[in-house]
Amino acid sequence: MSVIYLLIAISIVIAIGFFIAFIIAVKSGQYDDDYTPSVRMLFDDELQSTPNKTKQSNQEK
Amino acid sequence: MSIQTCFHCGLTISKNDLLLFDDKEFCCNGCKTVYEIFSSNNLDGYYDFEKAPGATPLDIQGKYDFLDNDNITSKILDFNEEHTAIVSLTIPHIHCSSCIWILENLQKLQSGITLSQVNFPEKKVRINYNSQQTTLKEIVYLLSSIGYEPYISLDNYESGKKSQNRSLIYKLGVAFFCFGNIMLLSFPEYFEVNEYWLDNYKPFFRSLIFLLSLPSLLYSASDYYVSAYKSLKSKILNIDVPIALGIIVMFLRSTFDIIMDYGSGFFDSLTGLIFFMLLGKMFQIKTYSFLSFERDFKSYFPIAITRIRANKEESVPVYDIEKGNRLLIRNQELIPVDGILISENTEIDYSFVTGEAIPISKKSGDKIFAGGKQIGKVIEMEVLHSVSQSYLTQLWGNAVFQKEVEQKYQTLTDKLSHYFTPILLLIAFLGFGFWIFKNVTTAFNVFTAVLIVACPCALALTAPFTFGNILRILGKKQFYLKNALVIEQLAKVDTIVFDKTGTLTSNKKSKISYEGKLLSSLQLQLLKNIVHASNHPINRMLYDFLPESDRISVTSFEEITGKGILATIENIPFKLGSADFVLGIPDSNAIQTTLHIEINNEYYGKYLFKNEYREGLSSLFQQLNKKYNLKVLSGDNEGDKDTLVSIMPSETTFNFHQKPEQKLEFIKKLQEQGHNVMMVGDGLNDAGALAQSNVGIAVSENVNVFSPACDAILDANRLKNLNNFLNLSHKATKIIKMSFVISLLYNVVGLSFALTGNLLPLVAAIIMPLSTITIVSFVTLMSNYYAKANLE
Repeated sequence: MSVIYLLIAISIVIAIGFFIAFIIAVKSGQYDDDYTPSVRMLFDDELQSTPNKTKQSNQEK
Repeated sequence: MSIQTCFHCGLTISKNDLLLFDDKEFCCNGCKTVYEIFSSNNLDGYYDFEKAPGATPLDIQGKYDFLDNDNITSKILDFNEEHTAIVSLTIPHIHCSSCIWILENLQKLQSGITLSQVNFPEKKVRINYNSQQTTLKEIVYLLSSIGYEPYISLDNYESGKKSQNRSLIYKLGVAFFCFGNIMLLSFPEYFEVNEYWLDNYKPFFRSLIFLLSLPSLLYSASDYYVSAYKSLKSKILNIDVPIALGIIVMFLRSTFDIIMDYGSGFFDSLTGLIFFMLLGKMFQIKTYSFLSFERDFKSYFPIAITRIRANKEESVPVYDIEKGNRLLIRNQELIPVDGILISENTEIDYSFVTGEAIPISKKSGDKIFAGGKQIGKVIEMEVLHSVSQSYLTQLWGNAVFQKEVEQKYQTLTDKLSHYFTPILLLIAFLGFGFWIFKNVTTAFNVFTAVLIVACPCALALTAPFTFGNILRILGKKQFYLKNALVIEQLAKVDTIVFDKTGTLTSNKKSKISYEGKLLSSLQLQLLKNIVHASNHPINRMLYDFLPESDRISVTSFEEITGKGILATIENIPFKLGSADFVLGIPDSNAIQTTLHIEINNEYYGKYLFKNEYREGLSSLFQQLNKKYNLKVLSGDNEGDKDTLVSIMPSETTFNFHQKPEQKLEFIKKLQEQGHNVMMVGDGLNDAGALAQSNVGIAVSENVNVFSPACDAILDANRLKNLNNFLNLSHKATKIIKMSFVISLLYNVVGLSFALTGNLLPLVAAIIMPLSTITIVSFVTLMSNYYAKANLE
């Protein structure tokens, strides 16, 4: 069997693989909101603790 | 000292209200409390992303008691099983990255919340929580306490989970997959040079191409067959007819070609065509997720209401209210049904319904209508009609709201297609007839080639790309259109009907004037301090109108609902309110809103409140008057007629005292006379007219708040640019006509190949993308150019 069959088969399989990945991405709702994730990734994972903050009682001027 | 702004919400702080906490300045206790909550939970990061992102939490005591009712909560929840519950809440305040950050860290503020995720464009947060540890009510209270009060309305009650329509994305994905792979596989044959290697594998490549074209043909293009079938059935030739015909002929001819080994077929062009056309469709759809063009009264109405039964209060869903029930309406709550006031007196703000900002006072026994907002102390009322039979909601029973029209009007493209398709068929048959006497095979080739090459791909792309682009440009200028068809309708309008209250006038601002004895500056100061204590809209307006003053504490203060205020300040008694209250005589001038002032038992004078017209109206009307018939409808009395006449061109007609149904009928009558009517309105009372008109535009002070069902939403500040928007819509149709000419020229070139029997697959594969690219770049450039010329 010629190697061309193998190569074409591989290329089609890879293309189908990407296509399936695309379908899954759409299905999971990744295309529904294209703004929030772009902001979300900029947030720090853990909250920074803010130690040594002396709480003042509220004063009214 | 420079002007201080609140660290939390960014409002300017008046000197006397300043609160200091943690070295930061706050304008009120509410803002300070939110800061305290955040800082004690290590969530200070909220203030790092955006300066002063917050909102002042409002008092919501008792407002969400209905969330204790399981029947109601189960309707709101997306998912609820055992311990896990999921809810999606709309939060109008979501506006910046700080909002996303804090709302996605909700689990740090309340145990039981497992996950919260924000959808920013839709202004929604989706919360997963453990129903054993916390309740929906607690979550709503938490959100409200940090200034993110969710908006829960009757809409939530019915809709449940909405499934999103993603089929176009799938179709586009399939089309692109097929197109890309077929392109790669057909590439070798473009350079066909009877090579042994190529000849050897031709059948393999071709059958692969054939298989790959099937999903695109059967799935991606399916909308075109459906649409073509529908249009044939209704005996209109829309643009999808020649497209569907072209696609099918192309496929059959190509299949025939490869089976008989005549050539490689047109599969590359076929899938390319489908892909480009779907791309155009995609581009045309620009949705503003945070806006809704389909709202009816349900978005305004509360989901539940407090009913009194056997001296006990209970929360019941609004739909369960029956005639004769007794309801309890708190301050700022919406009245969901028509009824009779039982409590002594109250004031009702009908700004939702009529756009009129100044509340109407009602006495015991008066009829009150659904849609009003109660202002003042808690009242009791007796129900006269159930929700669906109430005066306002009955409007939705009208036929205009019932019919689902897929496409109300014939588009420009369809009009052209009406001539295009017969001519195309004529040419195809002429070519066939000419060749049949010479060579039968060529005759068939010519016939199919004509249908293939003339497939109006570029023609079909013209409108989506032009309108899609203009839709985006207008969206940037705060003119949000429901869909691209609206632009074409805008260009056809010849009559414009304006609603007065709330549309031409602003319901935020009022023109205030004073008549009577001059007040000293001290008296003005005292007056300002008195009205500061009141939440009544008239007093708020007066407060903003009076000059800045120092804070003086009010000794005694009593607000009598529907009448006025009795107050003592610096030992001077003040009496302000209606003529009836201050002077003891009924108001002589019922048309205008007045506030009478009595100081130290001496009558001084009255403040007059007039609707203020929006800026730039008279110049807008002068411009519009040249091209359109202008009409004004108002639900109000004729009190403002003189002012209106002075700013409107003399040809304008006015109609006052118009009820919602009358407005609708008015539009209908104009349409029956053959006019294309555009309605510009704002409140729920315009909803019928907006739906009936050819183009309904809702004017909104704040586009994030809800506006009635319409074709377009216009930011109130942009009303003065309306003429420019209309001009741009005319230019859009002009662009489309120009590009029709260009794409027809391409068709002529293609047809000359086809009719001489020389249409090689390669030629088709070049002409189709080339014409598409030319058209797309032409319309994009032109629409940007016209937008610049018109809108800047």
